[in-house]
Amino acid sequence: MSEVAEPGAAGEPHGKSQVHGEHHAHGAQGTFRSYMTGFILSVILTAIPFWLVMGDVLGDARTTSIVVIALAAAQIVVHMIYFLHMNTKSEGGWTFLALLFTLILVVITLVGSIWVMYHMDQNMMPMSPHEALQRP
Amino acid sequence: MHETTPPPGATAPVFYEQEEHAHGDGGTLFGFWIYLMGDSLIFAVLFATYGVLGRNYAAGPSGADLFDLRLVAVNTSLLLLSSITYGFAMLEMDRDRIRQTLAWLAVTGLFGAAFVGIELYEFSHLISEGATPQRSAFLSSFFALVGTHGLHVTFGILWLITLMVQVRRRGLILENQRRLMCLSMFWHFLDVVWIGVFTFVYLIGVMR
Repeated sequence: MSEVAEPGAAGEPHGKSQVHGEHHAHGAQGTFRSYMTGFILSVILTAIPFWLVMGDVLGDARTTSIVVIALAAAQIVVHMIYFLHMNTKSEGGWTFLALLFTLILVVITLVGSIWVMYHMDQNMMPMSPHEALQRP
Repeated sequence: MHETTPPPGATAPVFYEQEEHAHGDGGTLFGFWIYLMGDSLIFAVLFATYGVLGRNYAAGPSGADLFDLRLVAVNTSLLLLSSITYGFAMLEMDRDRIRQTLAWLAVTGLFGAAFVGIELYEFSHLISEGATPQRSAFLSSFFALVGTHGLHVTFGILWLITLMVQVRRRGLILENQRRLMCLSMFWHFLDVVWIGVFTFVYLIGVMR
């Protein structure tokens, strides 16, 4: 019986972690309120870009593109917070770190590809589709 | 070696991992998150391909000729609605109400199926107009990107049906809760990818 004291002391954090696990399975999912907030924000952030493009409200394709991309970025953040329950603390911050790392890779992939290929396109000899067909 | 083995009756070593299992799910949710991050790299590559090839029409039709934004708006609403109904399913799961959880999951699945249905209709319409993936680099990258997303949603629906059967047979046990949370992340992640698709492919595509 004397050994029980030692595991008993160790059992304390174990018991705690089980309570924690229970809490995680139930608590980490957000509330009705947070889901509705995310949904309403998403509806607004979806409706505006469709309205801008379909109604040709701004009249300028370049400006509209920038606004639409900015709204998409905002909506992605809204989804991350209210639907995916993203925060800087879950799993000791590792979830957030993995997200940041992925974001960096995604930006390098997208910006890098488009930038490099655009410049390569610019530096190629001009060739009409007809010439391209006649090429040896 | 055997000197370190404790003699019978002595205190056995106690192993417990406080840090690793602090959340009681064995790290599954975090592992699934890492999978989603890998999946977003796949989509990043497909988006980059579309960004590079998206204007190479090969004298064929462009996005402005092909895309019907009303259809895309309907699809976007369907996916957004399916996201919130999945959220409601998770809230019912928190309250341990099996019947309501299953009902919301079914609604989510129907929205998802409608989304895939409309997308397939759009694809078949494009193909019947001669805008096949072979037509131009723009259409190849378009079908690769949007098709991969649609395939993800299709597999998400299959997974959803599987979990509905699981929940019906075993109830909302801890394992099923964990699985539903993984699918929740997957489903919301697909909605995030769709934001990129409707913005970069459709909305910006029709303005060119």
